[in-house]
Amino acid sequence: MSDSKDKNELNRRQFLGNMLKTACGVGLVGLGLGAYSKRASTMPANYIRPPGALPEEDFLGACIRCGLCVRDCPYDILFLGEVGDEVATGTPYFIARSGPCEMCVDIPCVVACPTNALDHDLKDIEESRMGLAVLIDQENCIAFHGLRCEVCFNVCPIRNRAITLDMQHNTRSGKHALFIPVVHSDACTGCGLCERACILEEAAIKVFPMHLAKGELGKHYRLGWQEKEKAGEALVTPDTKHQYNLPDGVRYDLQGEGLIIDGEAEETPFSSNPLDTLNSGFMDK
Amino acid sequence: MVDMTTLGDDAIAAKGWMKSHKYLILRRISQLGILALFLAGPWFGLWIVKGNLASSLTLDILPLTDPYVLLQASLSGVVPETAAIIGVVIVLAFYLLVGGRVYCSWVCPVNLVTDLAAWLRRKLGIRSNSQFSRSTRYWMLALTLILPLLVTGGIIWELVNPVSMMFRGIVFGMGAAWVMVLGIFLFDLIVAKDGWCGHICPVGAFYNLVGSKSLLRVNALERQACNDCMECYVVCPEPQVIKPALKGEKQGATPVIISSDCTNCGRCIDICAKDVFSYGGRHAKKNDDLKREGEISQGAQA
Repeated sequence: MSDSKDKNELNRRQFLGNMLKTACGVGLVGLGLGAYSKRASTMPANYIRPPGALPEEDFLGACIRCGLCVRDCPYDILFLGEVGDEVATGTPYFIARSGPCEMCVDIPCVVACPTNALDHDLKDIEESRMGLAVLIDQENCIAFHGLRCEVCFNVCPIRNRAITLDMQHNTRSGKHALFIPVVHSDACTGCGLCERACILEEAAIKVFPMHLAKGELGKHYRLGWQEKEKAGEALVTPDTKHQYNLPDGVRYDLQGEGLIIDGEAEETPFSSNPLDTLNSGFMDK
Repeated sequence: MVDMTTLGDDAIAAKGWMKSHKYLILRRISQLGILALFLAGPWFGLWIVKGNLASSLTLDILPLTDPYVLLQASLSGVVPETAAIIGVVIVLAFYLLVGGRVYCSWVCPVNLVTDLAAWLRRKLGIRSNSQFSRSTRYWMLALTLILPLLVTGGIIWELVNPVSMMFRGIVFGMGAAWVMVLGIFLFDLIVAKDGWCGHICPVGAFYNLVGSKSLLRVNALERQACNDCMECYVVCPEPQVIKPALKGEKQGATPVIISSDCTNCGRCIDICAKDVFSYGGRHAKKNDDLKREGEISQGAQA
């Protein structure tokens, strides 16, 4: 009787011991997985998520790695990360330089997604923000050499809004213009058509994930002129007219070209038209 | 001890090769057929099924979604689309009916690997014993469901899940996933018998729970015919499930294999020369038993 009881005790002890062993082992696996997940959720800068993808951390929780977006992409630009790739295993991405998003109006990849990892609220492809094009190499972009290229500007599906051309003086030749492509983040979807089209051996304009491409103003930052416009008046110090210590009849106005002496205008011997002055000078002599 | 060199010979002698490998062949057809369906699209442009085991769309109309992976996604805060929910309901209904671990033995591609490892173990006579408890898989299951809650960055398990990795690898591109598959093969071959599927895999544990009340079961209705050859125990990936049904007659235990650990693979049915086992319902009873019960109740009435 007592024998069997001892046996039971031993079994219970063994049972608890085994359970503890298993729990510890699995706990270690969990720690390892947690640490690994941090490493595995990094992504190379040229890997771009499909349209409508949630912010990366949410995306990794939402994407079930089914590949339906890959299958429904009519241009076959999407890939699933393979083991050993520098992207979370099984998650979709594209590489703009070799296969950019063609911006289908019906966005079939988003429609195919069963979990909203690609947000189904995205109905207008122009609203998508896959990344942001950045003209990153201004030394090699031939527009900066004063050469006419504008290929990125011309292939951009959101023409003249996502990329505009900024005309600047060509100081090298002294008489030509530079047609500088400028990307606007309020319109650029990050489709990467510009990156593919860039005529250089290595693209000067590249699409990067938003967090790499964009800076962010400190949350406390307020731009005075914007705040002033919103409030209708200056918030810090009220606008007071600057007082100059000038003799009577003399004013100062920068836009009006500096010192203004009231009543002097009539006394001047010069006409307001400089040609008159020049011509009259010759006549008098 | 069962002689490994003659394993299955009795069944072949009694029933012929085909009948003694019937369910094994059917399972291979099922496993490879499912893979073929998914591969017909990328290989031959025949788009019958798109996606993979995590979520798929058949003939552009039937959505099927893995409830386990969707559960992990939901725990990390996702609201799935209606199609995914319908897909999960269909899949759950199917496995509730036929047994959750039917996924393991009839669908999962890793089963091909672990079955090969188990077969090779028997051939080579490798006898290393598992240091793991079979309940490890439930701890793993709990872990994989807790991680999405604790760690930002979501479905952690899917970063390393060999089951989805292998299937996705075959359909979409393997990368270095073969290392994982090889690892499981060697683990099962050298370290532990049925080590992965029977002890560790949380996917199996999940489906195990899904099918705990399933209707389709293997039973040992003809258990009186058992000649104690023990071959069913050798080929069974979860041998602990057999004994209560096969040897429980004296204790009045049901001849139905009731444990949801059973994968419904049907190897015991194949290997048994005496046809002790068969598929049946959860409450399967032998005709003789029914008759006897009828007589008893009639007798009671009289």
